[in-house]
Parts: sequence; C-alpha cells; structure tokens
Amino acid sequence: MSVVEITGLGKTFGAGTTALQGIELAIEEREFVSLIGPSGCGKSTLLRIIGDLIAPSAGKVLVNGKTATQARVDRDYGIVFQDPVLYDWRTVARNISLPLELSRWNRRRRAERVGEMLELVELTGFESHYPWQLSGGMQQRVSIARALSFDPALLLMDEPFGALDEMTRERLNLELLRIWEASGSTIVFVTHSIAEAVFLSTRVAVMSPRPGRISNVIPIDLPQPRTAATREEPRFFELVTQVREALHLGSDLDRQLAESTRAERPT
Amino acid sequence: MLVLVLAVLWGLWEGYRWLWMTAGWSWPFTVDSTSMPHIHDVLRALFRHPTSGFGDILLVQLLRAALFTAKEAAVGFALGASFGFVLGIALSQSKLLRRGLLPYVVASQTVPILAVAPIVVVYLGSLKVAAWFSVAVISSYLTFFPVTINTLRGLESTDRRALDLMRSYAAGRTMVLWKLRIPAALPYIFSALKVAATASVVGAIIGEAPSSIQDGLGGYIVNFNQYYTLNPENLWATNLIAALLGIAFFLVIVLAETIIVRRAPEHVA
Repeated sequence: MSVVEITGLGKTFGAGTTALQGIELAIEEREFVSLIGPSGCGKSTLLRIIGDLIAPSAGKVLVNGKTATQARVDRDYGIVFQDPVLYDWRTVARNISLPLELSRWNRRRRAERVGEMLELVELTGFESHYPWQLSGGMQQRVSIARALSFDPALLLMDEPFGALDEMTRERLNLELLRIWEASGSTIVFVTHSIAEAVFLSTRVAVMSPRPGRISNVIPIDLPQPRTAATREEPRFFELVTQVREALHLGSDLDRQLAESTRAERPT
Repeated sequence: MLVLVLAVLWGLWEGYRWLWMTAGWSWPFTVDSTSMPHIHDVLRALFRHPTSGFGDILLVQLLRAALFTAKEAAVGFALGASFGFVLGIALSQSKLLRRGLLPYVVASQTVPILAVAPIVVVYLGSLKVAAWFSVAVISSYLTFFPVTINTLRGLESTDRRALDLMRSYAAGRTMVLWKLRIPAALPYIFSALKVAATASVVGAIIGEAPSSIQDGLGGYIVNFNQYYTLNPENLWATNLIAALLGIAFFLVIVLAETIIVRRAPEHVA
C-alpha cells in the first residue's frame, strides 16, 4: 500500500480559477518526492491538500489507505513551512515538544524525545534558547525536529530552505538526507530549485501551471547515500538538465495557454 | 535622564510662570500664584500641616490616602482585568456573542463614570458591601474595556501559519486557545493592561467622591478643591501624589510584562 495515493485530484478556487487538475500520484514508503514547478503551478496547494489544510474540489487523497482528514486526526503528518513558524514564547525544547504535549505524552517521555531530536538535528545544548536567539538555518532545524518528534508517517515540506542562503541551504540539504535516512520517514518536498530537487529526491514530479498539473515524473537514480560529491557527478548534471527541460516544456505549453487565458495565481 | 527631564519640566513651568507674570499676559489664562504656584511651594506644602491643622504633615497624610486608594484601584484592576480578559476570550470564541454583545461593551464606556458611580455605591451599599469595594467596582468599570478590546484583537491576530501548524496536529479549539492564541495575544493584552492600570487609579479617585470616602486621594482632592484659592499648592501636591500612584501601577505592569512575555527584543515595546 502506498503512503500517499492521489487520484483524479482537482482544485478550483472561488472565482473559478483552476489551481490543480487531474493530479495522479502515488508515493511509496521511504520515498523522497519533490514537487517542482514555477510559481503558480499549484505545488504548495497540492502539498496543503495532501496535508488536509485545504480541501480538494475533485478527486481524492489517501494516506496509508485513510482519507487525508482521518490521517490528520491520527497525527500522521509532520509539516515544515518555508518560515520555521516557531513559537516565540517557547524555548527550543518546548517548541519541539509542542506536538508531544498535544498527544498527551508525559513529561519524562517528552524530555527524552526532545533530547533525541536535538541530537538528530545537531542542536544539543540549545534546548533553552529562544527561537529569536538562533540563526535562520538553526530555526529551520528546530522546525524539522518538531515535525519529526512524534514520528509521523509522512513529512510534508513546503520550500523549507527557500529563505536561506545558498551555503546554508546546501548544508541543510545534506543534513535533511541524513535525517531522512535515520528517521525512515517518507517525505514530500516542495521546491523551485532544480538542483535541490535532484539532489534530495528519489523522484521529482515536475509541475506546470494553468491549470496546475504534473507534467512529468522523473526518477532520480543517483546512488544513496548522497554526499557533497554527488553534486559534481556527471549523472547529477544529466538529471538536472532533464528536469530543467521538462520544466521548460511545461512552461512553453504554458506560454501558449497564457495567451488565451490571463490568470495569475500565487502558490 | 530622569533628572534631566524633571529639570526641563521644572524650568518650563517656572519660566512660563515668570514670563507671563512679568509681561502681564492673560492669554490663555492669567498666571498668578493661584493658577500656577511655585514648584518649591508645592513641594514645601508636602511637609507642612494642612490648613485644617490636624494630625500629620501633608505628605504622610497623602501617602496614607494613596495607600487606601491603591487598595481600591488594585482590587478594581484585578476585577476589571480578569473580567475583561474572560469577556475578550468569550467574544473571540463566538461570532454570535460578538455581534450581540460588542456594541453594548462599547456603549458601556460612553456612559460617564460620574453618572454610574453613585448608582454602584447606592446599589452595593444596600447589599452591605464595604464602601471601598464599591469604589473598586467603579474602578473596574474603567479597567475592563481596554483589556476586552485588546484581548479580542490579540486573539484574532494569530499568525495564519501557526494556526495551520495546530491544524496539522489536529489540535482542538481549547488547545489552540491555550497553547497558541492566548500566548500569542499576550503583547496585546499587556499593552491594554498598561492603559488599564492607570485607568484603575483614575477610576478609584473618581469613585471616592460619590461614595463620600474621606480616606483616599479622591477625598483630599474634593477637600482641597474647596480651599483652592487659599492653598492652591495643597491640590497640586495631591495631584503629584496621585500621578506618582498611577506611574507606580504602570511600572508594576511593565515589570510583570518583562517577566512573563518572552519575545524577540525588537518585539518588546
């Protein structure tokens, strides 16, 4: 059984703007799938529908065989947004333990898990810092630790490194792969960086806009575990080129469409 | 810094007084020793026995009165702030309640406190409630409003993504309120509490008049008002103490805020 199974999914916003149309996608356990596409292709919308933050207009999403709503109620999702969305009034440790409090873990188990999580994201020693005392990259690591703290079946990441500088981003990419390896989670990752998508993923779903749809799914056969050297392999460049061409194909199509219908939708 | 500000204020007062008196200007008002007594006379009045001649020097009497008023104001503040907070939460939870009740909450503040005060005193007096407590209730009437409005505003301005996060954890309404909305609203609530703290002192002083309480600052103000032309500095001295009391209330809230509210430095007001 797939972790995520999307069939015939569509989303139309109020005024009749079609954000997504005919989305079909199955994601297997332990996969790392990136959704990539230009702004307005509905990649964030798709992620939010998977996470049951918004409802689809057509089709359905099954997560571990359950409806998305049931999966959310069962706390199957860990979500990381572009902004860390940490609570300013809570220390790092208490930010990470927030979902555990909501799941009514007792204090001792919470402390234990927070310790493990801090170790996982290499922030041991920062547990009593406040979010605003940390750098952007560290904040995002806290956010990842929080999302993984309760062992969700699925990790949804919406451009988590989009606001960081290139060097921090590359370092966190490596770290995310290590965390993915160690936690054994399944990840759906939204990005608009081609290199990031290729480097991280087992598959890249290329999306094109108006209406938002998956135009191509490219398997990434780079060997695991990936390292900084992976970025310099010829196969990496081939795959980057392949994704880029798939994106351009989508946007050429888009340009033709755009001439007939003029609609702008933010992601 | 404080010394400098005080010195400038003193200079402005005395300078204005001197200039208007020497030039004989009468606009916007005639300046003389009655309308603007010397500051040193006001300070000296604090250490004299007031004209009525009884008991301690004025400072001691005023401090005792300030303490009395402070009790009324503190109880009034506690009542008003708690009520205002609870009302703010209730309003935030129900649109129906908001539409039905909010206009009356606003209307309550358009009724002059001087008109409400005697009613409260008479009503609570008939229930054998101590007079000072009636004053506290009057003071709470001024206190609850800013707290309600700002609590409501704070609870409604929760970050959209933080709410999405709570939704992804399938957190219930109560949990979202306790773990997110209220903590996020604290800066709003505290800025209301600062307004409310000084308002509670004003409310207590005003409330003392219709309840014919003589032990508080309100009693002294009424009294010195009647003898203003004879001893203007007594009233000014009382005003000074009343202002200091208000400032003290304000500072207590500021202190509580720095202890309770954990925010990035640039968020701290």
